[in-house]
Amino acid sequence: MKFRTLAWFVGPSVFMMLLFIAFPLASVFLQSFQITQPIVETVEVETCTPGFLGQTCVTETKTTPVLDENGNPTTTTEWVGLLSYARVLQLEQVGAAIASGTWSSILAIDFWKALRFTLTFTLVTLPLVIGLGLAIALAVNNAARSIRGQIIFVSLLPFIITPVIGALSIRWLFYGDGIVTAMLEGMFSTDISVAANGWAIEMLMMFYRVWHVAPFAFVIFYAGLQTVNQDTLESAIIDGASRFERLRFVVVPHLMPLIIFIALIHLMDAYRAFEEVIGFSSQAHRITLQWLTYDLLEPDDAGNRAISRASASAMLTMIGIVILLIPLLRRTWRDHKGSAH
Amino acid sequence: MKLKTLLMAGAVSLMATAAAQADCAFENDVQVKSLSAGFEAWKAVTDAMAECGNVEAELDQEFRTKQPAAFAANPSLYQIGGVSNGTVTPLLNEGTIRPLDDLVAAHGQNLAPNQLIKIDGQTMAVAMMVNTQHLMYRQDIFDDLGLEVPSTWDGVLEAAAAIKEAGVVDYPLGATMKSGWNLAQDFNNMFLGFGGVFTDADSMPTVNTEAGMKALDMMMRMTEYMDPEYLVSDSTYVQQQFQQGKIAMANLWASRGAAMDDEAESQVVGKVNAAAAPLAMEGGAPATTLWWDGIVIAKNISDEEADAAFRVAMEGLDTEMVTANNDEAIWLISGYQPNRLAEGAIATASADPAPQSYPSTSQMGLMHTALGNELPAFFTGERDAAATLEAVEGAYVTAAKEAGLIE
Repeated sequence: MKFRTLAWFVGPSVFMMLLFIAFPLASVFLQSFQITQPIVETVEVETCTPGFLGQTCVTETKTTPVLDENGNPTTTTEWVGLLSYARVLQLEQVGAAIASGTWSSILAIDFWKALRFTLTFTLVTLPLVIGLGLAIALAVNNAARSIRGQIIFVSLLPFIITPVIGALSIRWLFYGDGIVTAMLEGMFSTDISVAANGWAIEMLMMFYRVWHVAPFAFVIFYAGLQTVNQDTLESAIIDGASRFERLRFVVVPHLMPLIIFIALIHLMDAYRAFEEVIGFSSQAHRITLQWLTYDLLEPDDAGNRAISRASASAMLTMIGIVILLIPLLRRTWRDHKGSAH
Repeated sequence: MKLKTLLMAGAVSLMATAAAQADCAFENDVQVKSLSAGFEAWKAVTDAMAECGNVEAELDQEFRTKQPAAFAANPSLYQIGGVSNGTVTPLLNEGTIRPLDDLVAAHGQNLAPNQLIKIDGQTMAVAMMVNTQHLMYRQDIFDDLGLEVPSTWDGVLEAAAAIKEAGVVDYPLGATMKSGWNLAQDFNNMFLGFGGVFTDADSMPTVNTEAGMKALDMMMRMTEYMDPEYLVSDSTYVQQQFQQGKIAMANLWASRGAAMDDEAESQVVGKVNAAAAPLAMEGGAPATTLWWDGIVIAKNISDEEADAAFRVAMEGLDTEMVTANNDEAIWLISGYQPNRLAEGAIATASADPAPQSYPSTSQMGLMHTALGNELPAFFTGERDAAATLEAVEGAYVTAAKEAGLIE
């Protein structure tokens, strides 16, 4: 293909990528090293607010931003190096915790608490998603042709449902006097409070993620199963290979590139877990790195938002994903190079 | 057939608009948009404003994130804003709302003097209702067990113990202690009730104090009588616990009162009464904060638009609207008849010493966030009270440094 033609084809895509991914990313990267502050002054202000019948007036000193001639707050922007990163990581407190030997108190610090949960969440759900997806794919592949369509449709449902709605429906089954909780309480005649226990919420969040993502793995594996070499399978049967041996030595090696693909996608998605925290209101017990970024960015009632720390937290999340992906990417790259020979 | 139905529906709705417009004193021909919270009182007010025509009301629970940016635009994206004393802060700080004195003089003859929110003598907002968290309780249970309505938190705990012993409800107490904003607000109430002050003159935090320790201790003692899932319990959750007869007492928002007598939802119609917010300590103010909700007018709009917007808003805040929606809020507007459930809020607001208004300062915004994020670890048992308050102060200092409030 001529270079000009190629450029016309990829041009729009490259432009979009630059506009919506590269530039925002560069801007977040820069902002994580900067702090923009309004210039503030303290002023005496008398504020009168209503009681029920009369009015109460109080005079207090308030900090207000200085406005320029156009009525906009004046701000200063400073380069602060890695200060925002240090504030997100709270290295001082970590140091103090290590020095005093109370390791567990590190996990009470927001970032480390979020990192602990996000990593557990990602690494525990990964094999479950791949295993369950493969199991469903094998089951559907062996099902009678007449009911295959219906089974595929039902298996795909969790993936179609909007994430937050899916999380909420599972929450409603368990939280308060949810159907499942009420049933369990009836069976064992005890009082169960799912949302009062961190570990129970953690398990529900993982259960939800596996339930939601397994259909994606299923679809990919099911497509892969259609391309398994039937001759190899038949010769394996003639050689006396059991069903498990055929799976172990023929099907899984054939599906390996797909398994790596699913693992890549899942690691990236699960490390950015967010909707589980909202859906299960787990903030008191479990938070994720993505939620931490969101929480820093969300303005409070007075309109303050911690943009620098949010940027630093977002960059740290990205670094985390890259580190997680390195082993898998290296493997794909090796395979790719190997096949070229 | 389908087209005909559509046409019919269109005609009916047109007629409805025409009929509704008749209720407005003037015909508004300037496009006016408003952005406010979405609870019942705002629905009533914006519906009344819409009667004047050309009014587009946006009721959005996320209004607080949208408002500062929308009002900073030039021209402003909305003419009218619905605010409370918590959310008016960024608008005041950034100077995106206009003083209303001229407009009040021209069109505000029906306003009561206590409706005008004055900052340094200038009217910056017009309040329409007050709101506060106060004690709601099941009168029938208190009568059956022969209990006095408690006026202090120690009294609440004693009553809770008696109710627990009688076993008449699932949990004697409810509380809006969902981690985040709600939990922080409950701490604020108790902290102020124990005479606490959030920051000193240099904006440094002062919550790791005796008042802070006492507040956390009292809250922990309360949790013994509550649903163990209290860290996911927001106002709606507590309201439903009341409506379903699961709890006997709670320090709940006055604006939730009407729901107790809603026959479509509530199983306890007429059984819930309200009293002043309990005292945390003898001789102190009720352990709560006072809130107001009201309207502001954007600065970055033409005077003509501002005039129309204010006149429309006055139509929304008139006696007619209050008579039609009397029980939806504790209105400040003339014509309001306080009902049984309003007594608690009125008793709270007129207590001596009276509780503070929720402070509308940048420092308070940061403190509220720090409390909301750090307090849950105390209630899950990960940290003790002293370490928790230390962490709150640490989080506040980091945020205040980043916001430029302290060096």
